This record gives sequence, C-alpha cells and structure tokens, in this order.
Amino acid sequence: MIKIERRDETSNLIYFLTPVLAIFLTLVAGAIIFYLLGFKPLEALKFFFITPISDLYGLSELLVKATPLCLIAIGLSFCFKSNNWNIGAEGQLTFGGIVGGGVALLFYNHEGFYVLPLIILAGAIGGMIFAMIPAILKIYFNTNEILVSLMLVYVSKLLLDYLVVGPWSNPEGFNFPETRQFSDTARLPILFEGLRIHAGIFIALVSVFLAWVVLFKTYLGFQIKVSGLSLKTAKYAGFKGKTMILLVFMVSGACAGLAGVGEITGPIGQLHRMISPEYGFTAIIVAFLGRLNPIGIVFASLIVALTYLGAETAQIFLQVPKYTGQVFQGMILFFLLASDFLLFFRIKFLRFKKYEY
Amino acid sequence: MNIDINFLGILIGAIMASSVPLILAASGELITERSGVLNLGVEGMMIIGAISGFALMVITDNLFLAIIGSMLSGLLLSFIFGFLTQSLLTNHVATGLALTIFGIGLSAMIGKDFVGIPGKEFPLLFVNLKEAIPLFGPIFFGHSIVFYFAFLLPFGTNYFLKKTKIGLIVRAVGDSPVSAANQGINVLLVRYCCILYGGAMCGLGGAYLSLIYTPQWIENMTAGRGWIALALVVFATWSPLKVLVGAIIFGGITILQLHMQAIGIRIPVQFLSALPYIMTIVVLVIISRDSRKIKLNTPTSLGQIFYKEK
Repeated sequence: MIKIERRDETSNLIYFLTPVLAIFLTLVAGAIIFYLLGFKPLEALKFFFITPISDLYGLSELLVKATPLCLIAIGLSFCFKSNNWNIGAEGQLTFGGIVGGGVALLFYNHEGFYVLPLIILAGAIGGMIFAMIPAILKIYFNTNEILVSLMLVYVSKLLLDYLVVGPWSNPEGFNFPETRQFSDTARLPILFEGLRIHAGIFIALVSVFLAWVVLFKTYLGFQIKVSGLSLKTAKYAGFKGKTMILLVFMVSGACAGLAGVGEITGPIGQLHRMISPEYGFTAIIVAFLGRLNPIGIVFASLIVALTYLGAETAQIFLQVPKYTGQVFQGMILFFLLASDFLLFFRIKFLRFKKYEY
Repeated sequence: MNIDINFLGILIGAIMASSVPLILAASGELITERSGVLNLGVEGMMIIGAISGFALMVITDNLFLAIIGSMLSGLLLSFIFGFLTQSLLTNHVATGLALTIFGIGLSAMIGKDFVGIPGKEFPLLFVNLKEAIPLFGPIFFGHSIVFYFAFLLPFGTNYFLKKTKIGLIVRAVGDSPVSAANQGINVLLVRYCCILYGGAMCGLGGAYLSLIYTPQWIENMTAGRGWIALALVVFATWSPLKVLVGAIIFGGITILQLHMQAIGIRIPVQFLSALPYIMTIVVLVIISRDSRKIKLNTPTSLGQIFYKEK
C-alpha cells in the first residue's frame, strides 16, 4: 500500500536536494532518448557532459555561457519571486544589445576609458526600458505580462534584423547582415590569453551579490517575497503593488540587457542576427533550478551552460542537432517541478494492517 | 473587374487558410483553460504535431495516418503536462514553458533527417466549384478537410460548452473545482480529458502547417503561432466564436503583410513581419482594459493548483 500525505513543513534539505535529483533523472532520461535514437547511451552522455569540460578551453567556454544565463536568471528571480511572469528576457537581452551596440557604433574609433562603461550602461537601460512595456501595460491595462513580454521577443529580434541588414550594416561588409567590429575600447577585456572568458563574469558575480543583499537583507526583498506568497497579505500590509511590479520588471530587464551587452562586447564583438542562442528562455530554467536563490542560480547556470556546450560537442561527434540541448533543458525543468512533489508530500509505504479497530 | 473580384476571393481564401492553425490550437486551448488549466505549452505541442505529422507522411506515405499521428503526438506531450500539473501538482506556467522548450528541441531532434524533403500534395475538396463560382468559389471551396473541420470547430465548441451536460461540467470544474468535487465530479478526470483534447488540437494545428499550408519541415516552423493562439484565447475572452473572429483577423494581418512585401511597399520587411506580434499586444491591451468584460467568462480557477485531501 502506498499512501500520500501532505507534509506539515518542508525540510530545507529536500528543498536543495531535489534539484540534484532532477539532474540525475534528466541524465537517465537522456540516456534512454540517446538509446532510442540509436546511440550508445553512456558514450553519448560522456560526449555531452564530460568531454566539453575536460580541458581549460572547455572550462572557459562553460563560464562564457554561464555568465549571461546567471545574469538573466538573477533578474528573473525578482520577477518570479513576486509572481510576475516575465518570460520575454530574450527580447530584453536583444533590445539591450541593440541599444548598447548602437552606442558602441556611435563611439566607433573613440579612445577613452568612458566608452565601455557607457555602452554597458546603455545596454542595461535598454533592457530595462523594454521590460517596462509589459510591466506598465500590466499595471494600467491589466494585460497578461506573459503574452506581452513574449510578443516583444519577436519584435526585438526583427528590429535587430532590420538594423544589421539595413542602416547599421558594415559599410565595408559586402552586405553581410552584421555591423562593424567594435573597436578595442568598446570590448570587455579578455581575462586569459587564448581563452574567451571575459570580464563580464564580474558583472554577473556583482549582480549575484547585490541580489543576495536585496533579497535577504532589505525590507524590499521581504516585500517581494510576501507578494509572491500571498498577494492579499501584501495588500493588507500596505505594500505598493504597482510600484513593485514595475520595479521587478526593471531589475529583470536591466539584468537581461546587461547580459545582451556583455555578449556583444565580449565574445561577439559586433551586432549580428544571432546575438543569443535563446539565453533569455533558458535562463527561466536556470532561475527555477537555482530555486530563485542567488547562490543556487550560480550553480544552476553552470549546469545549464553545460547543456549548451554538450549539445555543441555532441553535434560534432554524434551529428545530433544543436537543439538536443533544449531537450535536456526542458527535461531538467520537468523533473525539477515533478520532484517538488516531494517537498509538499511524503510517500508512505504502509504495511497491511492486521487489526482493525 | 472580373479579375479583381477573383483576386479578392483568393485573398480572403488565403487569409482563412492561414488562420486555420490558430483556430485549431486556440479552440483546443480554450477547452483546456475552461477546465481551469493554463497550458503554455501550445507552441511546443504544435511543433511536435508538425514534425510527427510530416515524418509519418514521409515514412508511411499515408496522409490519414500522418494526421492521426500528429494529433496523438500532441496528445502525448500534453499528457506529460497533465501528469505534472494535475497529479504532481506543479505550477502551470513553469510546466507549460518547459513543455514548449522541450517540444521545440525534440522536434528539431526528430526532424533532423526530414529537412529538405518535399511534402506531398494534400487532397483538396470541391476543386471544380472553386473555379466555377466567382468570388465565393476561392473563398469557400478547394480547401483541405482540415480547413473545413477548423471552421466548424468553434461552433461545435460553443455548442458543447453551452448546451451539453459535459460542457457544463467542464465549466463547473474550471470555475470552482472544490464545489464540483463536492458534487461528486471527478475533477482530475475532467481536467485530464480537457488537457489531452487541447494537446490533440494543437498537434493537428501543427500538422496543418507541415502537411497542408507549407508542405515541408522547417525547424521552428510554427514561428510563435502557438503563443498567438494563447493570446487569441484571451482576446476571445474564453468564448469559442470570438476565437474564430480573432484568428481571421490575425490571419488577415499575416497575409496582408506578405502581400505588402510582394507589392514592394517601401516599409522594411521586418516591420511588416513584426505587425502580427505588435497587433497581438495592441489587441490584448484593448481587450484587457475592461476588467469586467474579461472576468465574465474567465474560468475562475484558471492556473490554480487543485488538491483534494483524500
């Protein structure tokens, strides 16, 4: 006999162990999928999760991919904690990239220490403003922020496409859909010679620290948490709900914008059509896998970044499409949500009772 | 003037054809949402429907099997969603997002070997009437069976929800699962059925794209239609007949921007392509402004987790 009971309280240990369980189950399911597709499961998993990070270059690539994921997820955690469903981070990233890239092109061939900070600031503001659209529409017109923020993803990508094909395309670029290469003053410094890891990682780490301070050490963080748990309580306590919606969207948009500008001034060095391999969407998974906790998000971003690298390696060695990474990302979230069941319920295996009273 | 009238007929016919996947997916999702479940995985289920329909067509060379298979695969994917949200009580929004991400990835994985294979011609009905009648011929005739099914579906859905006992049960479950459960209704069963039905319709909508509308497989070929279908349900304030109106409006925008591109109107292509998405936002704003109107048909328990202590 199996009986399912609601737990009186959730244990902290299970709260942080279930993500590990979810990752384990994802690996098992992944092995099964690889087997069904005709690969040797263990070998495929090795190509996916071990080969990519078995050298220094791989580890650096891992951090390059984890940086934007971590940044965006940190921002999203503010939204999700307060029950605001911003799923358009990809659009905010793109728009941040556009604004930052525009400033970089404006200061093309400018020397001066101020160029890079200006670009980064512009990117953050760009993402922030773009995220304010769904927030303001939600506040004043009661529109669904999920749909609005998502529609804006398509709009921003088309805008980027227009700019790199049209007015911003490289005058010496033989009509390739890309802008000029940014000048060196507009690039984030590389940390180690020969590797791609760049200073953007510090922006991510600072934002992790700031998020931790705000969420755990300030009254604002408390307000965000309460509104997420119960909107009624928040209203009763007199928290300003509308300001809060705007604020969390602004934080989240700024983080996504920073991620975008970090990509174009870091590894990419110019604007073109594909400035993000859907980091904005994947970061949603990172946020959940990290339990909306800044420290958790750091670990989660590393794990999810590995699925990107793994997909690239597997594409080369096993000829599977790069989208395989997304299958793993989707599964991680499935298993994570499913294992949350253990948080609130306990499964009891009962022996048959011999005596009934 | 004869040519102009025929052109108008063809244009309207094209608009209606392009709205078919939206009608199918939105009608399915509408039933799901009416039972109180918010499934954001529409895009994922559509794309899986598109690839499995196309793959089955290539493998079996049988269009009927392809259509049925696409519906089954949409249904299968929605079962994952149903099991997680209903039996394991997960958050609807997060689970739906996971479903979309998973579906897009899986479709590309399956579709790897099907890129570049030409599709098969889908049988069209009443082709001779299409040419015989001016204006109305190209509008109403010479379409596939899925087309006619899609245009009847909203009326059927409307009848089902308003006039049948099961429809009433679905609405009751969506509005107040607790009272419904107290009346002896099996809330979980009703919701599972509605989720699976929604999945099947989304699968069919996807298959319409890959088998009939543009008969081929392209990665990510649904291009956000699933999300527009979700917006349509809000646009329609959960009433089936308005889904039809909304879908035709969006189909119209899609076709008109294609024609504007073809004529060579001096607006950048990208701005025209962005039009359907921008219009979705504008329409959402207009509809959502009036909160009374929106609350009228909104399933009260939409997106909430239901758990009955046994």
